[in-house]
Amino acid sequence: MKRILVGIKRVVDYNVRIRVKPDGSGVITDGVKMSINPFDEIALEEALRIKERGGAEEVVVVTIGPADCQPQLRTALAMGADRALHVQADGVIEPLVAAKAILKLVEREQPLLVILGKQAIDDDNSQTGQMLAALWNRPQATFASKVELAEGKARVTREVDAGLETLEVDLPAVVTTDLRLNEPRYVKLPDIMKAKKKPLETLTLSAIGVEQKQRLKLVKFEPPPQRQKGIRVKDAAELVEALRTKGLL
Amino acid sequence: MSSKVLIVAEHDGTKLNPSTAKCVTCARGITGAEITVVVCAADASAIASQAAQLAGVAKVLTVENPANAHLLAAVLAPQIVALAGPFTHVFGPSTTFGKDLMPRIAALLDTAQVSDVMATQSPTRFCRPIYAGNAILTVEFDGAAKIVATVRTASFEAAPNGGSAAIEKASVDAALPTHTRFVAVSAAKSDRPDLQTASRVISGGRALGSADAFKILYSLADKLGAAVGASRAAVDAGFAPNELQVGQTGKIIAPELYMAIGISGAIQHLTGIKDARTIVAINKDSEAPIFEVADFGLVGDLFQIVPELERLIGA
Ligand SMILES: Cc1cc2nc3c(=O)[nH]c(=O)nc-3n(C[C@H](O)[C@H](O)[C@H](O)COP(=O)(O)OP(=O)(O)OC[C@H]3O[C@@H](n4cnc5c(N)ncnc54)[C@H](O)[C@@H]3O)c2cc1C
Ligand SMILES: Nc1ncnc2c1ncn2[C@@H]1O[C@H](COP(=O)(O)O)[C@@H](O)[C@H]1O
Repeated sequence: MKRILVGIKRVVDYNVRIRVKPDGSGVITDGVKMSINPFDEIALEEALRIKERGGAEEVVVVTIGPADCQPQLRTALAMGADRALHVQADGVIEPLVAAKAILKLVEREQPLLVILGKQAIDDDNSQTGQMLAALWNRPQATFASKVELAEGKARVTREVDAGLETLEVDLPAVVTTDLRLNEPRYVKLPDIMKAKKKPLETLTLSAIGVEQKQRLKLVKFEPPPQRQKGIRVKDAAELVEALRTKGLL
Repeated sequence: MSSKVLIVAEHDGTKLNPSTAKCVTCARGITGAEITVVVCAADASAIASQAAQLAGVAKVLTVENPANAHLLAAVLAPQIVALAGPFTHVFGPSTTFGKDLMPRIAALLDTAQVSDVMATQSPTRFCRPIYAGNAILTVEFDGAAKIVATVRTASFEAAPNGGSAAIEKASVDAALPTHTRFVAVSAAKSDRPDLQTASRVISGGRALGSADAFKILYSLADKLGAAVGASRAAVDAGFAPNELQVGQTGKIIAPELYMAIGISGAIQHLTGIKDARTIVAINKDSEAPIFEVADFGLVGDLFQIVPELERLIGA
């Protein structure tokens, strides 16, 4: 079956104002709104569109994380995913561990495409897709803003510093999404009801044979340095004057 | 054990990208580090001689191969891994080039990557921003594996010239994949300074309303010798091309002067300009969050203010 695997990470919602715990042991997540990583919503939307165009038959979403990730998986099912896989794990999951876990599921599910976000907006690592592609020994097309599939190949436009780069990759491959790839659909109420009946399989890291190694010790979290509050100028002339005084013009 | 750092050079086939000189400065923050730069290219000679001039570089390795004409991560990674043996650290820039490549190298080395290093506290301890820069995390590398990292270029000055490193041809024994092929790159040619290295940047937001209206920013930028940037909203709306986006998911920049024009100041945008020396905000909403970080704030209509600024500066 032509299948697409999509990575879904549960993260603090992008609208939440992040606060570091006073003891420096982490950021405050208690009682904070959690959501699907925005790049992963885009990944899922892309997979669904490919399926709707007839390019795939099944969309499977995957998450590695604690039990409370399930609402995000249910949301993904409500968006239109056919099945969900939940690899349960508590504590820190480094990108290399996430990539190894996804690789195990890739071996089981044999997808033609894996779509992940270009970065998770909590740790801002931007590593998992590239690591998965390396371990799988398959192509990667990161930071995608356009994906076209055709007979065993994908043509992907990537947002790079110089502009837009186009690559052709053989399938199967890993794609990571940039913001302009698409605009994710809204979930409709009846779909939330239907999603409750869709299959959600629970696994564990040890059951799939992945060791949860932590190579980076989190020493401390600190708030970033604050900028000094500036001044208001009343018009363009005063602004030019101020910039000249500072030697900036 | 002393540190030996391998830096993967970024280039466009002829010129070394300034991001490489910033990686050198970051690596020099590790006491006693011996620094090697590796240039993978079809023809590496010009790029290698630029890298050899960077102060602090001990050696430049060149890996020449027609397959390296375009810097494809899947093709480069096995070559870097083949060379990585003697090194304790492998660094690349936190540009789209480095972000694409370095995790692929880390995975092949079965090691972790530290993304966006903003400071080195010891050979194994690094600071990096998380949550769009709303927290700074210090991490300590545990174990004997190699340390792979990307360097947040806005946090480091470029290493100056003045070095004269030896250049050595390296031969690598690695199977290179053919499953990934370069098709094209569309880069808008412009005489303006590069957004990532410009000392002055003028950025426009959704308020500009059209690609045509952006011309008033280009015109002001030309007067100032500035680069032009944009918010995500402006890029999404098609007012400006994607390579101009500044922010968490665009470019992270550190100019002397940053002017945010018709930009509200969402946290994802502010992440990109935290290291700007002086921030100017022009916005008609006096409550806009951009004013909380601006050194100079001016409340008003940009369509009046920008032409006036241009006139005043020209005079
Ligand atoms: C995962 C994620 C990643 C993101 N990454 C980025 C990123 O990298 N970069 C980025 O910029 N954004 C990013 N965003 C988007 C960000 O949240 C904001 O939506 C975006 O920055 C808003 O752009 P803006 O300020 O141009 O538009 P708006 O927020 O709409 O602000 C427009 C401003 O213009 C002012 N204005 C209107 N008319 C005039 C006038 N005539 N004269 C003067 N002022 C006027 C208004 O008062 C307003 O403050 C990201 C969002 C998400 C979810
Ligand atoms: N624990 C996880 N579970 C599922 N997908 C993940 C996980 N961690 C990372 N990913 C995927 O990898 C992408 C990049 O994450 P990162 O490398 O952490 O920035 C995310 O957008 C997800 O698609």
